[in-house]
Amino acid sequence: MRRYSAFAIAREAARYHQGWERAWASPEPKKSYDAIIVGAGGHGLATAFYLGKNFGITNVAVIEKGWLGGGNTGRNTTIIRSNYLQDASAAIYEKARGLYETMSQDLNYNVMFSPRGVIMLAQTHHEVRGYQRTAHANALQGVKTEFISPQRVKEIVPIINLDGPRYPVLGGLWQARGGTARHDAVAWGYARACSDMGMDIIQKTEVTGVRKENGAVVGVETSRGFIGTKKLGIVVAGHSGVLADMAGFRLPIESVALQALVSEPIKPCMDCVVMANTVHGYMSQSDKGEMVIGGGADGYNNYTQRGSFHHIEETVRALVETFPMISRLKQLRQWGGIVDMTGDRSPILSKTPVEGVFINCGWGTGGFKAIPGSGWGFAELMARGYSPLTAEFGLNRFKEGRFIDESVAAGVAH
Amino acid sequence: MLILECPCCGVMADETELAPGGEAHLKRYGPGSSDEDFEGYLFHRVNPKGVHFERWRHANGCGKWFLAARCTNTLEVFATYSAQTPEPPQHVIDAIRAKRPDWSIEA
Repeated sequence: MRRYSAFAIAREAARYHQGWERAWASPEPKKSYDAIIVGAGGHGLATAFYLGKNFGITNVAVIEKGWLGGGNTGRNTTIIRSNYLQDASAAIYEKARGLYETMSQDLNYNVMFSPRGVIMLAQTHHEVRGYQRTAHANALQGVKTEFISPQRVKEIVPIINLDGPRYPVLGGLWQARGGTARHDAVAWGYARACSDMGMDIIQKTEVTGVRKENGAVVGVETSRGFIGTKKLGIVVAGHSGVLADMAGFRLPIESVALQALVSEPIKPCMDCVVMANTVHGYMSQSDKGEMVIGGGADGYNNYTQRGSFHHIEETVRALVETFPMISRLKQLRQWGGIVDMTGDRSPILSKTPVEGVFINCGWGTGGFKAIPGSGWGFAELMARGYSPLTAEFGLNRFKEGRFIDESVAAGVAH
Repeated sequence: MLILECPCCGVMADETELAPGGEAHLKRYGPGSSDEDFEGYLFHRVNPKGVHFERWRHANGCGKWFLAARCTNTLEVFATYSAQTPEPPQHVIDAIRAKRPDWSIEA
């Protein structure tokens, strides 16, 4: 792999950019691999990357039904934060946030990580108490956050309206090292690094079945034939239930649509991320100048990657009160993704009833921020059978009642 | 906009009038049941990509619960029917089969 650098840009500029090579190879699948990851989104590619980097397992295939990063990796609102209440959540999200800090250097690929700061607005007295509690919990977990006054919120976000009639701003939970990153670049950077280690990224190949012998996995049936493996990682977000059904077990997961939209591009007006969980809305400004707005999830099962219009309307209606200046912005694009929701709104990174099959799912509405931490922990789980990062996130927690209850702790938006 | 006909009051209701209630026909397990059964009842869901039976409440209407058969992959609605039924009635199964000949009800 040729490294990207300022020198490389100068070299290619001098020869009409004819020397850039493909970032990753598109090989024919081999007969078998040491490990197969289903799903070439951020989490799947990160898992493959850390299997190679941390454990030297490079005979790996990443199989993708569509194209690389074409699912939720390319559909989220790119927010990165780790201000969670529960210790297990804070650990894996903070690990991820830390890895984002150096990801561009680690991958030699500019993922445009921008630690611009994340504010979660407290707009009810209940939220004020909840976020003060979270700030104290974060202090004990070593995650740097603070609860700030409405005046401080106004200093950080001058365009905000503090005294709206329905949703006044009573304070905020501020994580200065949270921010955003370019979501496609995260997938592309990992894919390039995986390909460089000799892994096969096999796109446009659908897994149609999981072959088992004596209760253990021996490979997967795909639209391009059978591929053998003794270790299978299922990292397919909204379609986790479909893959679990092929492997022969059930999940505590329901798939619903979550939507986001962007406005027309405008001049820079907000240089941090603002989340308003009471009204199910969050907003940041992209480098192109678009206001990126995410809303709440639909309440019913859906696989269509389209959401209900009234959710968009509710989100925008509430945000307009808090940000009056966006009221005359035009919407440029709107889209939906299928998110996999668990009962406690926390992910599942676990062994499964089928030997050799591991599952990484249930990230629900908040998977992007966790990608490197999730890959780090899940790779360790697949390679060694145990990871301190994922230990609390096992499937057995539902049977044993050991929930990581972020649905209560974090309100709605993740 | 998803539109369901409320079988209780006959109104064609927009989804803004309705509250989703999750998977229908769950078998309830209570005290004395095994851990596996109780876990399954509380958490495990079929979550199919295709025909799905689910509970809805006509929250901003007559207030009654009812059940619907819907395709999660196309958002097509096959039928709505009374909540006072432990399994999908024959006319609902027929309505689904008319559009999904290969479909079979899961055990």
